[in-house]
Amino acid sequence: MSMISVENLDVWFGRGRDRVDAVKGASFAVKRGESFGLVGESGSGKSTILRAIMGLAPDWSGQITVDGKAISGRREKGFYKQVQMVFQDPYASLHPRHSVDQVLGETLLLHGFTDIDDRVVKLLDDVGLGGKFRFRYPHQLSGGQRQRVAIARALAAEPEILLLDEPTSALDVSVQAEILNLLADLRVEHGLTYVMVSHDLSVVGHMCDQLAVMKDGEIVEIMAVDALRAMKAVHPYSQHLLEASV
Amino acid sequence: MTLLDVENLWVKFPSRHGVFDAVRGVSFTLGKERLGIVGESGSGKSLTGRAILKLIRPPGIMTADRISLEGDDLMPKSERDMQAVRGQRISMVMQDPKFSLNPVMTIGEQIMEAYQLHNAVGKKAAFAKAVEMLEAVSIRDAPRVMRAYPHEMSGGMGQRIMIAMMLIPNPQILIADEPTSALDVSVQRQVLDIMDNLVKERGMGLIFISHDLNLVADFCDRVLIMYAGRIVEVCDADKLREAKHPYTQGLLNSLPRLDEPCARLQVLKRDPAWSEAPSVSGRI
Amino acid sequence: MSETQNLRAWLLTDTPTSRRHAKYAAAYQGWLSFRSNTMAMIGLWILIFLVFVAVAAPLLAPHDPFEQTLSNRLQGLNSDGHILGTDSLGRDILSRLIYGSRITLFIVGLVALIAPITGLLVGTVAGYVGGWTDTVLMRITDIFLAFPRLVLALAFVAALGAGIENAVLAISLTAWPPYARMARAETLTIRSSDYISAIQLQGAGPMRIITKHIWPLCISSLIVRVTLDMAGIILAAAGLGFLGLGAQPPSPEWGAMISEGRRFILDSWWVATVPGLAIFTVSLAFNLLGDGLRDVLDPKDAEK
Repeated sequence: MSMISVENLDVWFGRGRDRVDAVKGASFAVKRGESFGLVGESGSGKSTILRAIMGLAPDWSGQITVDGKAISGRREKGFYKQVQMVFQDPYASLHPRHSVDQVLGETLLLHGFTDIDDRVVKLLDDVGLGGKFRFRYPHQLSGGQRQRVAIARALAAEPEILLLDEPTSALDVSVQAEILNLLADLRVEHGLTYVMVSHDLSVVGHMCDQLAVMKDGEIVEIMAVDALRAMKAVHPYSQHLLEASV
Repeated sequence: MTLLDVENLWVKFPSRHGVFDAVRGVSFTLGKERLGIVGESGSGKSLTGRAILKLIRPPGIMTADRISLEGDDLMPKSERDMQAVRGQRISMVMQDPKFSLNPVMTIGEQIMEAYQLHNAVGKKAAFAKAVEMLEAVSIRDAPRVMRAYPHEMSGGMGQRIMIAMMLIPNPQILIADEPTSALDVSVQRQVLDIMDNLVKERGMGLIFISHDLNLVADFCDRVLIMYAGRIVEVCDADKLREAKHPYTQGLLNSLPRLDEPCARLQVLKRDPAWSEAPSVSGRI
Repeated sequence: MSETQNLRAWLLTDTPTSRRHAKYAAAYQGWLSFRSNTMAMIGLWILIFLVFVAVAAPLLAPHDPFEQTLSNRLQGLNSDGHILGTDSLGRDILSRLIYGSRITLFIVGLVALIAPITGLLVGTVAGYVGGWTDTVLMRITDIFLAFPRLVLALAFVAALGAGIENAVLAISLTAWPPYARMARAETLTIRSSDYISAIQLQGAGPMRIITKHIWPLCISSLIVRVTLDMAGIILAAAGLGFLGLGAQPPSPEWGAMISEGRRFILDSWWVATVPGLAIFTVSLAFNLLGDGLRDVLDPKDAEK
């Protein structure tokens, strides 16, 4: 059975004449423990799918199922304990006035944990930051360190599914390597299921088992990573994308 | 022939914790070639590009033994004289065209204004020239684009328009600071091809600043690799993959590759000695 | 010596060791960047001096500010014991000025409490909740904004009766709408940012998001705006006093003092000029302080 599945998903913004269809009839399924990639160029609707799953895009239709439960309307608290998201830009995803300790402490409090101090330390160790970063503010951290804090925040609720929205596109390549390694390790340690959005085929090729290629809000092709590596894309657009990225 | 000769360029920022050296003793020359400058954020590559045009804002301080443009030293020039150099003889294309175009003027008005600023011609001639320039950057239906406003353009179109504008005064040198980083891969190619053609046809020198090693390796003739404000290695672009310096190698190895899958990516181990060693000269 | 150096190093550290340490370090670094702004420091010193004068008024004032000596009226500057002269009833102007600082501070303090807090509440709730709430709250704000400020204050004072408390109330009622608009505009940008999305994904409710995540970001720009507006508030209070609707005689409110001195402006210029200069200095001090605070507090510039 699939951990997370999306069926016939439409997402739109605005209404009437101003309506913009960001995602049109997208369907895919991700097995437990698998890592699934969504690839496409800017405006293809790949991030919108993640936002719709998390309830950050209000207007959608179709079916989203997480661990066998269909979700609709307002997400319950339990949903956020199961699914978490890491945002693209680590410079924008941390509150500029909250220290690392506040960010993680508040998240843990909201999820009803009581041993907050121990857990904050553990989370920082998990993402390779360690205690000396605990009381720093975002402006005292580098991009890679911020993204580690953002990952720690997503892990605080001990979720089973992590949605990753271009987690390394704002980072330098050497830092990207560190973050991708961290994400790979965490997936093994915590048995996580990933849905990862990226415009970079080689990053998705490295991280994922399956991927969907998106164009103008539609999924044009779903393929295994081995097919991607063998340059065996079927749809002309995926072929074109592959050629441009090698 | 040497178009530009930079020797011992420093950019410093005084702060509460002492002076921060952002660019430290960089020397290089530029001929009629495509010179790439690569490095990570904070390596000083963009500041180097800006310093050539003396565009370092206070409190930043720049010093150099010499920045000579075809034998003409820019260092002693006043701000007024520099304005004649910027745009006329050296042009710059920035990362995001949205911030470089005036949002309340049509594209046509902006191109024509740029052209009339440098050439005493009438409106009609300026219009014809603007159409010609837009066609040179492969924009079909140029008159329609001229009537459009910047926000109606896609990123790739905007960047092509910027390039067209920068090329109007026929500069000898074009500095492109991450011109394609905000663009999708398929558009990236087109913009690079256009830039490449123009540079070749006109015999210009191009300084191409980027964080993307593969792109620079494909596109440029010669590459300077910068780390912590200094040049750590200079090599021919086609030999970039055989680079000697551990930093360059580390950067190349940390990239995930489709053709060579691996379980873990190599992580760059930074050696403090890299930033302390003197800058390698990029002069020929 | 080494102890102060230790303290300095402790405050300037990049790796704080406890929550309190982190807070102190952040505050100290803010203070350092504020201190490097000379003009703002001048403003701060003037205001500290004003507070000192207000607190120590009975000790500093050479005469009773209410004691009338009609035989001694309209004395010039520095005439037997009256450094700044006397007014039309023979009261010592310096003493009245010193006691008047208490009234000025009272007005400024109360308005600075009421107006921005009202504005912050209305603005952030409107901005965050959106929809009908937003429309209703913002139309009310617009109605208040549509009236000229002093005219609206006049109407309120006329309805509530003249007096310093009512003047404060009237000024506050006319001062909050710009803060509400500002707080709403900021809330709209903050609301769509990733860090608010992120905390929503942890299941945080609107109350927590508004008070703990949006307020801290709005407050700093509000503080800046308040200090910049302070000059206008003092002038509005003075204006009401001048029109006889603010502080009532014989209270030594600065605006009322100018109003009294106006009749003698040609023969005895100092009677109106001296309190005018006092208003000018304090307004300027608040403006300088506001400018300096903007550099320190405004989150948009804080990271550079």
